This record gives sequence, structure tokens and C-alpha cells, in this order.
Amino acid sequence: MSNSLEPKKSGAAANVDDVSFVEVDQPGPGSLAAQSKGFWVTFRSMFKKNLTVAYPDVKAPTEERFHGRHQLNRHPDGLEKCIGCELCAWACPADAIFVEGADNTPDNQMSPGERYGKVYQINYLRCVFCGLCIEACPTRALTMTNEYELADSSREKLIFEKEDLLAPLRAGMLQPPHPMYPGMNDTNYYNGDVTSAHPSQEGSAK
Amino acid sequence: MTTQENAVAVEMITVVIDGFEVTVPKGTLVIRAAEKLGIQIPRFCDHPLLDPVGACRQCLVDIEINGRAFPKPQASCTIPVEPNMIVKTQLTSPVADKAQKGVMELLLGNHPLDCPVCDKGGECPLQNQAMTNGNPQARLGGVKRTFEKPINISSQVLLDRERCVLCARCTRFSEQIASDPFITLNERGALQQVGIYENDPFKSYFSGNTIQICPVGALTGASYRFRARPFDLVSTPSACEHCASGCDMRTDVRRGKTLRRLAGDDPEVNQEWNCDKGRWAFKYVTSQNRITSPMVRNAEGELVAASWPEALAAAAAGLVGKRAGVLVGGRPTLEDAYGYAKFARIALKTNDIDFRARVTSDEEANFLASHVVGSAVEYRHIDSADHVLLIAFEPEEESPIVFLRLNKNFKKRGLVVTSVASKASIAMDKLKANFIKVAPGAESSALASIALTAKSVILLGERASESAGLISAAIALAEKTGAKLAWIPRRAGERGALEAGAFSTLLPGGRPVADTAARVDIAAAWGVSSLPTVAGRSGSAMIDAIHSGDLDALVVGGIDSADLPDAADAQAALKKAFVVSLEIAHSSITEVADVVLPVAAVTEKYGTFINWEGRKRTFTAAVADSLNRSDVRILSALADAMGESIMLGTVTAAAREFAQLGQWDGARAPFTPVAAGSAAKTSGTEAIITSWRRLLDEGTLQAGEDNLAGTRRPTIAVISPQRAGALGVQSGDHLRISNSLGSITLPALVEDIHDDAVWLPRNSVGSTPLQTLNAVHGDVVTVVKA
Repeated sequence: MSNSLEPKKSGAAANVDDVSFVEVDQPGPGSLAAQSKGFWVTFRSMFKKNLTVAYPDVKAPTEERFHGRHQLNRHPDGLEKCIGCELCAWACPADAIFVEGADNTPDNQMSPGERYGKVYQINYLRCVFCGLCIEACPTRALTMTNEYELADSSREKLIFEKEDLLAPLRAGMLQPPHPMYPGMNDTNYYNGDVTSAHPSQEGSAK
Repeated sequence: MTTQENAVAVEMITVVIDGFEVTVPKGTLVIRAAEKLGIQIPRFCDHPLLDPVGACRQCLVDIEINGRAFPKPQASCTIPVEPNMIVKTQLTSPVADKAQKGVMELLLGNHPLDCPVCDKGGECPLQNQAMTNGNPQARLGGVKRTFEKPINISSQVLLDRERCVLCARCTRFSEQIASDPFITLNERGALQQVGIYENDPFKSYFSGNTIQICPVGALTGASYRFRARPFDLVSTPSACEHCASGCDMRTDVRRGKTLRRLAGDDPEVNQEWNCDKGRWAFKYVTSQNRITSPMVRNAEGELVAASWPEALAAAAAGLVGKRAGVLVGGRPTLEDAYGYAKFARIALKTNDIDFRARVTSDEEANFLASHVVGSAVEYRHIDSADHVLLIAFEPEEESPIVFLRLNKNFKKRGLVVTSVASKASIAMDKLKANFIKVAPGAESSALASIALTAKSVILLGERASESAGLISAAIALAEKTGAKLAWIPRRAGERGALEAGAFSTLLPGGRPVADTAARVDIAAAWGVSSLPTVAGRSGSAMIDAIHSGDLDALVVGGIDSADLPDAADAQAALKKAFVVSLEIAHSSITEVADVVLPVAAVTEKYGTFINWEGRKRTFTAAVADSLNRSDVRILSALADAMGESIMLGTVTAAAREFAQLGQWDGARAPFTPVAAGSAAKTSGTEAIITSWRRLLDEGTLQAGEDNLAGTRRPTIAVISPQRAGALGVQSGDHLRISNSLGSITLPALVEDIHDDAVWLPRNSVGSTPLQTLNAVHGDVVTVVKA
């Protein structure tokens, strides 16, 4: 028996006689009963329900808490929840998130309070979907959706900008920038006291 | 101070802290002695450069002296060590630990939970120490105290009162270090807050330091607010390019853009402080005005973008075989200045090189070569001086860190300061300086009678060149009394340019051009057969030579013709000559330049500044991936294109070559005294003009920073009460200052100024006497009520 299991190096003499074979203990063919047991498993499964689906024509729903693409949420009046604090970027183990904060001004109120996220990017070529960013977010601005179809043809397309990540405007929401709900401060927003947009906010929405 | 002259036998005391013995000088605070052992006691109000106050109570420790324990924990930042003292910090005393945790809980009781939007988050002593020395659970419920936030206490400092822990660092800094007591603690109890006086915003030149030392996010900078988090920033140690004080700095960059600059910690120079200009004036680097590619003036007279080889060839064609000079400007690094010096001597074969883009005199040139180059009067000499004489030098406006050092010595040990000037100033008032009032132009006559000793220091400003005989009188005074004489220019690069030989009468290392041995020395080092022997022209002589047809071309570094005496005349000369401009941004020079070569700004390059002491301030590029190159590298390429290589392909090569040359050890150029000047005669509404530049003004390097501009001092014209009475003018009325060339109208301020004089800022909004009147000091103008 050869003392090496390494393949022969090319160029060396490839004589069949140089190669010794190792005899392996193999069970011989079983009895007919044993064989038909296996065939029975195959036969029986032909009448079972299919577990696979014909993706992409058919899409199976994910588990409820599946870590999919991120979403930047809005307050019920449409203002962004993101305050540009960068804690998500700080928490990210893959350095996939880039944020730049900026001042909210009376003319340009994007989120309640003083600060909003001016630039928000997630690089899905880096993201490992661990969800640490979600845990870090102090305003529940960043959550994860169940969307998993994140394949594309270029690197640039897989860097999602803020507009790609923002949640859609639902009923009662106004497109920011617009002023905060009259008489409410940022704490009220966080406490959920604002439930929909006020007519006065609409008038000044741009 | 560790220098020998300050080494006095100090009594040493041994104390026991947490079971370890430590020996420290008498008077050391317990908290500092613990630091020496590496024991960190949490603190907010304590700052090594401020007087102890014991405001925050966070540093409580158990103390026992001679076996008798204090009944309660004591603030370790206010108690000096004593013999037989035994200190137990939070590490060994459960009582101290509990006390500290209790204080922290109370401090956090009203502190908002807005760390996510707070600029300090991530570099916050309160956050950090709440984690290390705080209770994990808060027991105080209820509604926290809130204030309206933020409020502007000046255009550049924002105050979030609810975040304040009332450590009084900012108010103590303003009072003790800057002598600008514009902020104070108002109200009492939970409502106590930092406030400004009703009609006085926080207009201090040093206000940025309060932001840097604030241990929480109560004070933040308007221009940095919400721009970044500490972990975004790439920090680079750097040096300040704004004045000759030579501050150590830290530059924080995010994605190729400078976001903030902080004062570095250099105990021998700026300690931990800097001025607001150094802190905030950096946006000129990223201004819209930057030159991004080389440009060449085409046949139609338009500047058009060109490639580097094209531009270098055009510049070389215009310079080869021509009589050319070099105007370096006052802001080059040592290496760049050395490049200019070598370029002038080898490629242009001339000594026509001058770094002084301002009002100059031959007396000054003589003084720089005979006394300043290679000299070393330092900040520590101010610390040991018995008397400091300021001549043509307004420290707060022209070299703010020198002012802080003077102020420290005045506050700590009553340093006597005397100023020879025409007008009293805010700094003189703060320093309680003796004000020797002289008419503009007659300064030199006042010096002879001033009594100084060998321990005194004379600080001579760059404006000394504007009064004939003043420098001669200062030298005579220094020689008579043995006092140290230092020259403090305003711009950061002037001293380095002088040392590097970017000067008509000096070769690198202080070697006189007139000295054959010095020339041979440098020629050998540079590998050339000989150096030009003809004495060079000064900057203003070069301008005259262009007009008279004796000079054809100029290589111009970072200057503005508005700074030159007779700006219009200088601009006309530059238009006439072939001008190669090495600039970072479009300026009056690029308007007339034939070839423009873009160069790197300070944050984009390596280099060294030499401050007024002669101390090297080396810095590296904060923005690492800039494509802009330092002047010296471009000059080297230009010299190659001209067929006269200067072999300085990199900043490092220039630094190494300059270091190898060493300092000249031969005879210095002799100084020839100049006769004392006298004040012009005035009558009626005539007055003698005098001026200086404000720290914050229309300077090019302050462009683009509106928050900083908001704390400029008001632009006013100052006249004496006597003249005000004669003109029937009160403070606030308008004055018209005029001569045959033009007029300037400004609000009047009636103040302590020589009766014959009128003062106005030199480069502020609506007040540019050099351009408008071609007069800045000693000239007669007419002052009337407007």
C-alpha cells in the first residue's frame, strides 16, 4: 500500500502497477426485503405534498421576523423617525451603513426635533443582516422588512440610498418637509401622541 | 516648568492613595497625585489649567490626615496633599464609591437622554463616567427640567442649558484664561444656568476653547453641529497656519473634508488653548474659489485651463532668460520657502526674493538679517520675565496665544506689561498695561526712557517697520539693558521664510548673501558653481523695478496685492510683468497672472511652520488623498522645465536638505541704526492715521465661515475725547476719514488715543485704509464729522 494518499504529481511515471488499492469493507447487496424498503420510501413520497415552490413564479412567505431589507419608518404624520444619530452605523459590524446628520430648520423640518439624517446609505454587499442596527436605533426608525430579493447587476445599485429605504407614505401622512404637529414636541412624537397629520401641517407642506 | 532657570527647590510630600505611596510637590491636589499613580478619579469641573472650584462634587474621596478622618468624603480636586495623608478613592472605599455614584445619579437626574442627537456623544466625559462610576439603574423618576434649546450665546457657540452639569469650566476659562468674562452662572438651584449679559454676546476671541473643555454637550459649535460622530473622524496632529503663535492643533477630517479643528496640548506653546480663528477658519480650503487645474493666459488675454506640462512649459518660456523676482508671501511652510529660495538663486539666478507682503522698510530687512534669523526668545522667557515691553504689537489681535501667555503671567504673578502705542486697546486693559502714549511716527523717541532689566523681554511687532527708527531704538534699548528682543510677525510663514533664505539679503540658515564664505557654502551644498552676488531687491523695490523696466517677470506665492503698500500701483506692475502665480484660490494675483499653478492648502500637505520663537511646528497632511501638491514640488518641476534643476521633488527632500545645511555660524550682517522718525505735524481737522489688523476681519483665510465672522469686533474709528469735543462728535456718530485718494466713513468711538491720532481697523468691512487711502500709519488724513 502506498504510504501517501496524495495524488501523483504530474510528470511522474503513471504506471498502474505503482498504485496499490486499499480494500474497503463494503456490505454486499442486501436482501430483497431490504431493497424494497428503500423503493417504498421513494414510491410513498410521490403522493406527498411538494415542499419546494416554483420560485420566482411562486414566492413563499418568510417567517414573520425574518431579517430582510431595512426600512426607515415614518411618524404617523409623515415626518421621518430617523434623527441621523449614526448609532446604527456605530453598531454595524460590517461597516455597511453611512449616515450624515444635519439640522432641521423651520423651512426644512424632516423629522421631529433638531436633527435629521441627511444622507442615509446601506451597502447590501456588506450587510450581514445581523440586526444590530435595529437594536441600536433609539427611535425605532430603522426596522427590517421581510424582503429578501436583494440581487442586482452592479455594486452601485446595491448601495441603497435614503429614498430607497424610506417607508411609503400611508394614509394620513404628508410628505416632509413640513412643520411638526402643532403643540407637540419631539417627546410627544416618541410617546406616540401624534396619530396623524394636522390640517395646518398640510398647508405648509412643500 | 522643567527648565533650569525655573527649577527651585520644592518641598516634596509623600501621601498614601489606595495603599500606594506617592511623592509629589507641596501644593499638588489630591486628584493630581492620584493621576500620578494611574488612579482615575471621576471629575467634571477639574481642569489642570483652571483654578480649582469643587463645583461638580464628582471626585469625592475619603481622606484621613494624621489618623483623623474627615467625617464625610471630600472633593479631591480642591484639597492639596498634606503630610501623613491617607486617601481612599472609589477603588478602596465603599463610602467614596457610594458618594460618587450618588453625585452621578443627581447629575443625571435632570440631564436629558438626548445622547443620540448630542454632538458630544461618543467623546463625552459624562457618558463615559456614567458608565464607569454610575449606577446602572436610575431611581429618580418624574419629568426632567427642560429649557428651550439650543440658544446662541454667540454666532458660533450654542448652549443647551438642560445638558449643563454646572461645572463652571467655561465661565472660569473666560474669566481666568481669556479675561473675557462675558458668560456667567445665573439663577440658583435646579434653574442655575450659564448665561450671557443682556446686551453683551459672548464675543471672545477664545470662545471655542469653552466648547472643547465642556465635559458634556452643553456648549457646541454652530459650524460643527450634527456634522459627524467621533468615530467618523480621522484625526491628524497639525499646526495652525493662521499666525506666528505656533499652536499645536488637531484636525478632524471626514471623507476628505475638514469638519473641525481642536487645540492640541503643547505645554510649552499654546498649553491646551487656541484662538477662534485657528479653530474655525478652515473653510477657505473647500471654498468654491479653489483653483483646480493649471491655467495659462491665451492670446486673447483669458485664463484657460491647461495641462500641467503645458502650464509648466508656458511658465518656463516666460521666465528663461528674463530678469525675474520672487514674491513668496508670508504663509509658506519652511520647506516651500526653501524651495522658493533655491528656485530664485538657481533657476532665476537672482537674489530678488522677499516674503514680506506688507508695509516694510530697509531698516526692518537689516534687523531681520542681523538680529532675528536664528534667534530664540521663547514663551518661557515671558514666564520668567520681570517686565514685557510691547512695541508696535497688539498681542490679542496679532498673536493671540502670546496674549494668553502674557495674561497668565499677569494673573498669576502680576507681570508688568508696558505698551508703546498710539491707542489703548482691550488687551492693554486686560493686562493692566502701562500705556506709553505716543503720536504715530514718534514711537522711537519714547523708548529711551523705559527702564528694563536683563530679565525683561521686548516683543516687537511687524508694524515696527512702519515707524522710522523704531527698530533701531528697540535694539539700542535691548543692548543698553540686556533685555531679550523678539520679533513677532503676524503671519505663520514669515519666520520660516526668513530662516529658509526666502529673503533678498539672506541665504538658507541665516547666511548673508554679502558674505563670500556663506555663498560658497551654499553653492557647494547645492552643487552649483556660483550664486548670484548682487544684493536683491525688497518686494516694493521689485514693484518699482517693474515700472522702471528693470524687471520682467515675477514668480508669486500666496500674496494679495491689497496687502502691498500702494495696492493699485502694485497691481498695475503685476499686470505689466510676466507673472507665474502659485495659489490655492482665485485672488487679485490670478487676475493678472500669465500662468497659474494650483498648490496644496495646509490641510492637504506636509510641512513645517516656524513660529515667532524659532520653534519648528511640523505637521502632516490631514486630507490624505488630495491631488494638490506643495509649492516646493511644483517649483522643482518648473525649474526642471527651465533646464535648471533644483532637485526638490518632495517636501521630505526639502526638509532633509535644509536640515543638512544647518545654521550659519559666521558673522551676522551688521545693523546700521536709522535716525528716529518724528510724528507729522497736524492742524485743525488733520490727524495722523494708525491702524492694525483685527484678528477676525476680511482676511482671505477666513473666507466662507459666517459663524466666525459673527464675533468680529465692530468696525469703528477711534478718536480722542479732545478731538471729539473739537469736532462735536460723540461715540456712535459717523466720522469721515479722507485724503486726496479717497475716504472712509465709520462710526466713531471716543477712547484713550493720542490727541493727534485716529485709529481704524486695517482690513475690516468698510475699512481698508491701505487700499482706499494708501495710508496705514504715520500719514496725515483729514477727520471730519460725516
